[in-house]
Amino acid sequence: MSPRPIHREESASIDRRAIQYIRQAADVGLYEIRGLGAKRAVPTFDDLVFLTASASRYPLEGYREKCDTKTILGSRYAKNPVELEIPITIAGMSFGALSANVKEAIGRAATAMGTSTTTGDGGMTVEERQSSTTLVYQCLPSRYGFNPDDLRKADAIEVVIGQGAKPGGGGMLLGQKVSPRVAEMRTLPEGIDQRSACRHPDWTGPDDLRIKIEELREITDWQVPIYVKLGATRVRDDVKLAVKAGADVVVMDGMQGGTAATQQVFIEHTGIPTLAALRQAVEALEDMNVFGEVSLIISGGIRTGADVAKALALGADAVAIGQGVLVALGCNHDSYVLDGRDVDASEDYAELGTAPGFCHHCHTGQCPVGITTQDPVLERRLTPEVGAKRLKNYLQVLNLELTILARACGKSNVHHLEREDLVALTVESAAMAKLPLAGTDWIPGEKP
Amino acid sequence: MTESANGRVMRFDLSAASVREVNQFLHRELPGSGIARVEIHDPDGMHSIAAGMDCAVEIDILGHGGYFVAGMNKLATITVHGNVGWSVAENIMSGSVRVQGHASECAGASGHGGLLVIEGDASSRCGISMKGCDIVVAGSVGHFSAFMAQAGNLVVCGDAGANLGDSLYEATIYVRGKIHGLGADAQEEEMQPADREFVARLLAQAGIDHDAAEFKRIASARTLYHWNADAHQEY
Repeated sequence: MSPRPIHREESASIDRRAIQYIRQAADVGLYEIRGLGAKRAVPTFDDLVFLTASASRYPLEGYREKCDTKTILGSRYAKNPVELEIPITIAGMSFGALSANVKEAIGRAATAMGTSTTTGDGGMTVEERQSSTTLVYQCLPSRYGFNPDDLRKADAIEVVIGQGAKPGGGGMLLGQKVSPRVAEMRTLPEGIDQRSACRHPDWTGPDDLRIKIEELREITDWQVPIYVKLGATRVRDDVKLAVKAGADVVVMDGMQGGTAATQQVFIEHTGIPTLAALRQAVEALEDMNVFGEVSLIISGGIRTGADVAKALALGADAVAIGQGVLVALGCNHDSYVLDGRDVDASEDYAELGTAPGFCHHCHTGQCPVGITTQDPVLERRLTPEVGAKRLKNYLQVLNLELTILARACGKSNVHHLEREDLVALTVESAAMAKLPLAGTDWIPGEKP
Repeated sequence: MTESANGRVMRFDLSAASVREVNQFLHRELPGSGIARVEIHDPDGMHSIAAGMDCAVEIDILGHGGYFVAGMNKLATITVHGNVGWSVAENIMSGSVRVQGHASECAGASGHGGLLVIEGDASSRCGISMKGCDIVVAGSVGHFSAFMAQAGNLVVCGDAGANLGDSLYEATIYVRGKIHGLGADAQEEEMQPADREFVARLLAQAGIDHDAAEFKRIASARTLYHWNADAHQEY
């Protein structure tokens, strides 16, 4: 092998990607802001496989024998826990980040599938409350539009401490998306670059969180569950503190979780992968002897029915999906439906300097397919009817795939999936999930 | 329960009843009951007393309260005859809350409407993230008061700690005493006749007697409303 001439050898540290980053920083003088989640490759649920039934286990008939998917969340203290038909929920995404049409579409699809939707950093819209049978109301650091009337209309309350895409950071909504309606709901001047707080205004630290949760329970007369959402960083400690503070449900959002807008450096360089976060969260609940008592929802890069099944097998009670929902609605598609016709969106993507399959320009408000926008012209590109049908189909496929895998493992209830049903295909995923490497009894980091 | 000239009065003793029992009465049985006034005795620093009120009634808390007293108040007129812990009247929507003693941190945090009056001092972050309520503090306020305040008014009759009004939006702050430093993007502006008239009216509503002409006006310079990469965190 002849060595590459030194004058043509690319640097491993200052490679073309690093050069592009440095040049852009030098040209613009401002870090990159973008939407969606981490693009870097990390160990995922794809690195696990099921050991489905054979001679040592017997399977259930794929389309005949019943496989229960009913899911109950938040029965620890709440008088009225959340009861869902499927263990697949919709993650919090704000009106502001998303159009009102999209919020309504999500509500309709979730209701049709018997699952819950979640508000976001902009308060509760009339459309989403009316269209969602089960709606989780977020209590965020910004408190935009937060009020006791909506609090009492909620089926559960989610205290958001962090988000997988930007743990430790606050929300962001650039001026082009702060429309008159968004501005009014958030009590902000129209068109400003909105930066939400990263800490809650009325409490600090886990001891205060306990008192805050009690206040929310007092205001709602202990009727509805309180979720605590965490970005996945120091998972073991954070889950234990949330449990100690009185959470009915812990929502753990891994680093692949999405956002409508934040700094790229946050998205790619903070938090831990969802796979590792789930395992650590389960261990924390087990350490506290509340596994099964405090519900666990995992989110951050969940895309397929296989992801859902593996998450449940590893100990989650349910998953929450954000980016997958957007893609089902049409995010990164090459066309949109307008007045019943497919319309090519390639030129709109090109104007943003991107193309279908690569777009992460949610922050611009110029979403070519009308999802992450407040522009009335763009918003027409996704009607609630079209969006709801597509999203319902997607959720239905996830649920079908989940039950196929559960039946193949011999389970008549998806919540009976267990760690013993899984092995890992890579050393990294084996270590993160604490599962044996396929074909071995070896779990990295554990004594034989 | 007793009758008075102003209607029926309900009495609770928190050494005998729990906060949960009292709050559930206030939320469920009180509205439409004809009870005009509620007395809560022996609060003993308990948290979330009278949180989530949603009807026009007078409530007197006879002693010191803990965190979140009168949280998310709507319509009710609540008086604390003592001091309060963190976040009194947080997210207040309407009605009024009066603290006859001192208030700890984050008083009136993210309040959307209504009036909060503190007759003593308020600690740091008073009026943080406020969204339309009015707060009158007869004494002084601690550092970072009105941090990220979006709308409404904070009137401070004493002094204000450092970083007052940091990252302000459209809320206005009026301070009679010394200001120990303004926060990012906050600036002192000239008091206009409308400001003096407004402060005088709010002071009268709060039952506090000062000359409105003695106050300074602090508002946002609005330089943080849009990204400015060249600011280098020097505002």
